[in-house]
Amino acid sequence: MEPSDHLFRREAGRMVATLTRVFGVHNLALAEDVVQDAFCRALEVWKFRGVPENPSAWLIATAKNRALDILRRQRTARTFAPELGRLLDSEWTLAPAVEELFAANAIKDDLLRMMFSCCHPRLAEEAQVALILNILGGFSVDEIASAFVSSHAAIEKRITRAKKLLAGSKRLFDIAAPADFSARLPAVQRALYLLFNEGYHGACAETAVRAELCHEAMRLAAVLLEHPLGATPTTHALSALMCLNAARLPARVDASGNLNSFFDQDRSLWDRKLVTEGLKLLELAVTGFELTEYHVEAAIASVHASAPRAEDTNWGRIVSLYDTLMSIRPSPVVALSRAIAVAQRDGPERGLEAIDAIADRDRLATYPFYPAALGELELRRGRHETARKHFRAARALARNPMERRFLDQRVWACERADPQRVGMLEPATRLQRKIAT
Amino acid sequence: MSEFTFLFRGSDATAQSPEEMQESMQKWLAWFKELGEKGHIKYPGHPLECTGKVVSGKQKSIHDGPYAEAKDIVNGFTLIEARDLPQAVEISKGCPILEAGGSVEVRPVRILNM
Repeated sequence: MEPSDHLFRREAGRMVATLTRVFGVHNLALAEDVVQDAFCRALEVWKFRGVPENPSAWLIATAKNRALDILRRQRTARTFAPELGRLLDSEWTLAPAVEELFAANAIKDDLLRMMFSCCHPRLAEEAQVALILNILGGFSVDEIASAFVSSHAAIEKRITRAKKLLAGSKRLFDIAAPADFSARLPAVQRALYLLFNEGYHGACAETAVRAELCHEAMRLAAVLLEHPLGATPTTHALSALMCLNAARLPARVDASGNLNSFFDQDRSLWDRKLVTEGLKLLELAVTGFELTEYHVEAAIASVHASAPRAEDTNWGRIVSLYDTLMSIRPSPVVALSRAIAVAQRDGPERGLEAIDAIADRDRLATYPFYPAALGELELRRGRHETARKHFRAARALARNPMERRFLDQRVWACERADPQRVGMLEPATRLQRKIAT
Repeated sequence: MSEFTFLFRGSDATAQSPEEMQESMQKWLAWFKELGEKGHIKYPGHPLECTGKVVSGKQKSIHDGPYAEAKDIVNGFTLIEARDLPQAVEISKGCPILEAGGSVEVRPVRILNM
């Protein structure tokens, strides 16, 4: 039998989470070693004997046995989880206690517990995201660095510091305390949102890595939804926006690896199942009184998802949703997206006026899709030379080869003086992390 | 047909991310599957622990671990069926351990007719 894609990576998160509960959060590094060990064993044994019937169970059993071994041999030398306490003292209590900690439903809670622990208020948001990716997502420092277009050293430092803080926090987050749970929930939602964003809008050229980040965020959001305290309308909204936007991922990059213009996307490639799922989640999201940015962004994505062709989009609705978003979480990127929607509704002149009216426009100075939007609107009203200058400026700001190729094509479109296709990139519905904060 | 033992040396499981380890394992699985389909596997063999003792000499002195260097340690073996040594060597070239800097020792098995 074939192991499922990313089996090791996925299991890594669950196993570290559970082992940390067994060993105590101060022994996080030990937990990680045991997991690495289990993978080594799997690698050695499976390659000779094939993949077992239930690979996850095999891995978990291997980790559990190793954990028992360590608990027995080091119970005097080390301190382990305070919850284990005196259960460690006797073989009669040790084995059943560990067995219980490794039970399937306990593991699910461990994942949640670790997710909340990673969102420690003393950690910066980007450190929380990196930590979640590393511990729960099973991504290595190199893989995270490549996804964030950052250096190995920078990410390693960020993760090492964060782990030190986590290990020093003595106890894992207590998910059984409703007040604490609700208090930290927004931070967890935010971290998952940023994680998804990094995958969706991030600057990494490798599409595979980016899609993986999106899927990781969706997987963890699903874990959050399974917990009664986690399944709030806002979590539903967050999951809805992830589904509705991820549905468009297959169409965002064409076969040659180019970013597809939003209006050129082949909408038949959109993942209908995710759209349906997203719309269902959105319905559950509007049951409460809360209106968050996630609600609004999910609503914007749902308007796009329900238009069979770009021309059919209800731009009036989109403009008003952006107005709402500006009142909840104003940012120049949101204002730019709003201006693009205005141009779609009322024509390029109105769009340019809306861009002109963005109060903190200067913060968009390094954002390639700011000059690109100007170029697009100038091109549409027939000012090819001005448009070309804007696209050139945008191209100089491009963050990866795909963006560069896309903007090159726009420069050529101006030179051909042929604005027949509107080449606007998908509006950045979501806040770009670096600019929005 | 003759039999050959493949001795695998060197580890391909050190300091890798889970994703890389899974990729490495999948390469092994694919390689073994291919050999099996072509009827080359006499016995899939076993992985060997990297620990152990070496007992030597009349003194029967005992040392820890087979070798000092990880790259020298045999960490598994497989019994292969092939036409002749050149074919067995050719087969060994597909082993994923080579990409990870390890080696495969191809040794003809002497069949004893008694």
